[in-house]
Amino acid sequence: MPANAVSVRDVSKTFRVYHDRNQSLKATVLKRGRAKYEEFWALKGVDLDIAEGQTFGLLGRNGSGKSTLLKCIAGILTPNTGSITTRGRVAAMLEVGSGFHPELSGRENIYLNGAILGMTKQEVDRKLDAIVDFSGVERFIDHPVKNYSSGMYVRLGFSVSIHTEPDLLLVDEVLAVGDMEFQAKCQEKFAALKRDGKTVVVVSHDLGTMRTFCDRAAWLDHGELQAVGRASTIVDKYADDNHHVHGVEGGGKRHGTGEVRFTKAALLDEDGREVTEIRPDQPVTLRMHYDAPRGFESPNFSATINTMHGQRMWAIIAQDRGFLPTRLEPGSGTVDIAIAGLPLQPAEYEIGVEVRGIDEPEPADSVQAISKFAMRRAAETYGGMLAIESAFVDFSTGLTSDRAAS
Amino acid sequence: MTVSTPPTARVTINLLKNLTLREVRSEYKRTVLGRVWSLVNPLAQIAVFSIVFGLIFGMQAEPGINSGVHSFPIWIGIGVIVWGFISGSIRAGMGALMANAGLLQKVALPRWVLVLSKVLALVFTFLIELAVICVVMALVGGWQIILTLPLLLPLLLVTAAFTLGIGLMLSVATVYFRDIEHLWSIVVQVWMYASGVVFPVSLVASKQAELDAQGVTVLGMPVPLLAVFEYNPAQVLLSMYRNVLYDFAAPSMGDWLVVSLWAVAALVVGGLVFRRFSRNIVEEL
Repeated sequence: MPANAVSVRDVSKTFRVYHDRNQSLKATVLKRGRAKYEEFWALKGVDLDIAEGQTFGLLGRNGSGKSTLLKCIAGILTPNTGSITTRGRVAAMLEVGSGFHPELSGRENIYLNGAILGMTKQEVDRKLDAIVDFSGVERFIDHPVKNYSSGMYVRLGFSVSIHTEPDLLLVDEVLAVGDMEFQAKCQEKFAALKRDGKTVVVVSHDLGTMRTFCDRAAWLDHGELQAVGRASTIVDKYADDNHHVHGVEGGGKRHGTGEVRFTKAALLDEDGREVTEIRPDQPVTLRMHYDAPRGFESPNFSATINTMHGQRMWAIIAQDRGFLPTRLEPGSGTVDIAIAGLPLQPAEYEIGVEVRGIDEPEPADSVQAISKFAMRRAAETYGGMLAIESAFVDFSTGLTSDRAAS
Repeated sequence: MTVSTPPTARVTINLLKNLTLREVRSEYKRTVLGRVWSLVNPLAQIAVFSIVFGLIFGMQAEPGINSGVHSFPIWIGIGVIVWGFISGSIRAGMGALMANAGLLQKVALPRWVLVLSKVLALVFTFLIELAVICVVMALVGGWQIILTLPLLLPLLLVTAAFTLGIGLMLSVATVYFRDIEHLWSIVVQVWMYASGVVFPVSLVASKQAELDAQGVTVLGMPVPLLAVFEYNPAQVLLSMYRNVLYDFAAPSMGDWLVVSLWAVAALVVGGLVFRRFSRNIVEEL
């Protein structure tokens, strides 16, 4: 039984939400005491053990308290009650490039940032080459960082952080920095930390990453611990629970001439019932409801399915498919799109819809996220972004190498 | 309560060194004159004070006891740079937490290091200014300055400890009450004149004698004019620097005792206040 890298015991944390934030002596004297405030419970009686060598995910909606918990573990925030014990060197990657000074060179900032993250000079000396190499900014290492592109800045900061080589690494949503190549390097580095038996605690909204990256996970809601267990189990539970959240408030970004207005878009199952959660292998119909009070000539409809982060998973444009009604008569109506299946990982997705006259530069109506739906988990578990039916089918072993024979 | 392995002394010292270097290196970046600015500023102030108080008001400083130097501008110069360090390092120390709000919200580090690094960065500037004064005095007053020069080290230590203590205290106070920053500007003005930066305390003593002779009282007591100066640690520190640099003489044991007590008291109270209140500052930033 490995020891615990982190033990969280009955931790509660409240924040004061001030009605009239008035940080002045006068107000304090006159009102006898601080300005009026309400207590907001960010964490309520959280108990959690994270074993050494685990990669642990913290899941939850915005404001669920996961970042607060991470900051409490890091020692940045102090809980009101309860205790948190950590073992070994802790490094928190809540931000990259903490304390970077824009006027100082990349090299000077490496030493500065390293010191802030708890490294000694000898340690930075030793790792300098590796840090510079990893960041990929060798050519500019003696230039002031204010001249860096945002990508270079982030890469350098990340590179210093990851080379802290702590026993316990706390990461908040910074897994996705830099370009594809750099991201691959980061993943490798995290994998190496894992192999070395280091403990990593990650906060992320990206369910796919959580599922593939973490061994175990905890799910927080309104500051309370909902469940702890195997990462894939917790991610599924979380995704299943979130299906009832749909109908995007305000519909995301909306623009267009207004000649046509979408009133609704929904997924229908095989029986024509509206559903807000589907399975990857389930055939569905996407029905768009519109209003065209004065009619509309040669409409070109399109629809998209996007992740909550706005990444496009699927798109279809009527013109490409030769689906071109000559006109929409005054009044309202619907357009149906048949979808054989959406082999996507469990998560929430948004539906975007658009209609414009053929070759018109301006859409009549375009809604970025008119509604949401939740993907339930497939029968089997997969990693990555797609849930495609697949299976291990063959196996061979003990083959003699050709090189040895020749 | 959060229990975690505290950083080792080496890590903390490295952090302190790097944060101090950041302050020192970045202060005059991209200026043509660079570090020379740190001398131009006090020089301008010395010139103004010398003209206003020395030339126009005709004020005089006693000749240096052992040095025999008789120069009002140098006498005032020592006052200006010592006072500049005292007020400057307290101001920088008290703003240290606010200035590093972003860092405090994202990284767990020993927070007092931020205040100390600000003070140390100013110690560096102060050392350069002291060196210039020493050279000037050696040229005007002779090589004998070397005899008292080593006393500068403990004196500097006591001064820095005093300003650090007050800086620690005010840095957390400012996080909770932003007004303090503005209030402090007024305090500093009054404090400067009460520290004998631009006129000798002997002038105050004669005024006090005049008032006492006239029988002027406040609430039945003699006007505590001279007392304000004599009990003011900054005034005592200033006179000690003048002892060493202007008179080439050792400050009295009484003065050493007074300023040491002030320094220890400021450090202890400042340290305790800081430890008690710095824990929850991130929520207030």
